Amino acid sequence: MMRLIGQFYLLLFALFLVGPIVVIGGVSLNAKQKMSFPPDGVGIGWFVEIFANPDWSGALLNSLIIALCSAALAVLIALPIAYTVWKHGLRYAKALLALGIAPFILPPIILALAVLLFFTTIDFNGFMINVIIAHAIFLVALPLVTISLGLEGVDRSLTEAAQTMGADAGTVFRTVIFPIAAPYAMAGFAFCFVLSLNEYIIALMTVGFTVETLPIKIFNALRYGYTPIIAAIAVMFLIINIVIFSLIARFGNLPRILGAFDE
Amino acid sequence: MRSGTAAEPAGRKELAFGRYLILAPSSVMLGVFFLIPFALILAVSVAHKTDGGDFIFGFTTAHYERFFSGLYIGRAVFSTVTALTVSVLTLLIAFPFTYMLTRFTRRSRTMWLIYILAQLSLSEVLIAFGWQVLFSSTAGLSNILVLLGIAEESFPMAPGLGAVITALVYLALPFAVLLLYPALSRIDKSYMEASQTMGASPVRTFFTVVVPIARPALISTGVTMFVLTLGAIITPQVLGRPAHWTLSVLIQDQAIFSANMPFAAALAVVLLILAGGVIALVSRLNKGNG
Repeated sequence: MMRLIGQFYLLLFALFLVGPIVVIGGVSLNAKQKMSFPPDGVGIGWFVEIFANPDWSGALLNSLIIALCSAALAVLIALPIAYTVWKHGLRYAKALLALGIAPFILPPIILALAVLLFFTTIDFNGFMINVIIAHAIFLVALPLVTISLGLEGVDRSLTEAAQTMGADAGTVFRTVIFPIAAPYAMAGFAFCFVLSLNEYIIALMTVGFTVETLPIKIFNALRYGYTPIIAAIAVMFLIINIVIFSLIARFGNLPRILGAFDE
Repeated sequence: MRSGTAAEPAGRKELAFGRYLILAPSSVMLGVFFLIPFALILAVSVAHKTDGGDFIFGFTTAHYERFFSGLYIGRAVFSTVTALTVSVLTLLIAFPFTYMLTRFTRRSRTMWLIYILAQLSLSEVLIAFGWQVLFSSTAGLSNILVLLGIAEESFPMAPGLGAVITALVYLALPFAVLLLYPALSRIDKSYMEASQTMGASPVRTFFTVVVPIARPALISTGVTMFVLTLGAIITPQVLGRPAHWTLSVLIQDQAIFSANMPFAAALAVVLLILAGGVIALVSRLNKGNG
């Protein structure tokens, strides 16, 4: 009896989680310029439209550039902090770590407004670099956490062994620490990339009137009545997300990155 | 021992300096693009607003007075109550699932985690859009009710508070699962076995063993859900009426459409205190209870 209730709950949960996605998927296959579910005629025309229509493909390109650059920047900011905390346990580095995690925890509108005020005050407004920096600051918490996790997995006796055998700090980093920590840095990069790609409010507040990212474009399109192309983009994004997280799971230890114990 | 037994090389002072030096670029980035902008919010929240939609630095409490006198305090209360409701609902829905998830096979667990991460990363714009479709009269849930013969004809289910809450729970759910997952996967399985060999049913074990052990995780996840919901900015706009706008939406509205930066900054400080206050309070309580 309890088993049955458990199964029923699981079914409802899965339905709630996946149901909306299925509906969006159905809408995206609509053949006509009409929102209906089940779809009214089936076609992949809306997926082609994302790339064929310069408005949409331009927004997609902007989003991709911003996501790649901000993820790289976030990893570059995070690496020395996580490394120094792990290697030397410097109090200053620990403070930086806490500082780096704060922007991700607070409601994003606060950072969005702060960065907007900053760029307005120094009169440097509306450039793509603004949103790249803002996203890097917003998301730096993710590589900070993943790289710290990866470094915790480095056995200190290995680095000591390397040092005793005469390896200098650079060599130890390159041959011992880097190979173990790199997958975790990559995971941090991937998390940043995906979240930046989907981020709306910080992009809107920093460059909303000059650079159109995909989420901004979608929101604007929603206001003027929606088309199945938005559903097609949602499906495409979900697939991109699934592919990236599958790669992390394939090449890294996903349960460990998410904080569970190794098994 | 952090540095182990290996002897430190001679140039010790130089080395210690080097440790700080490699932190310099990161310090500059976080200082210039996080701390300074943050301080700027505080400064602007007490600045004088000019007629042209601009502001001059100075000191006035006018913007905070406006918050406390007008309808905005009501909006803050509404935001808080909404965030609380969503947090509780999300925990109730997510906790049993996460517990089940830790007992799935490794393969299906990984697949669920990948899906949940993918959905978590999906833009709030797209989630709100999905629910807008589901709540619409042409393609929505009400059509299913018609098919089942429960409703006469399809009807729109948004905008409304129910629609906003549903979509917010949907947004928060994957976060809750991921935050509860580590704590629940670390619970020693032998506790459960012990409880069951002593004759407790799985349900009893769940409530008397799993829930108490997971209490700190439940509380900290609840706080995160609370802050996350406070930060939601598109869902209340797309699925609600202006009466359902939360503080985040109002801040955006003041900053972009009303061009009133000082008031937006003052509201941001209020939001910061609300979010930070709850985080600090609850983490303190959590610590106090061990």
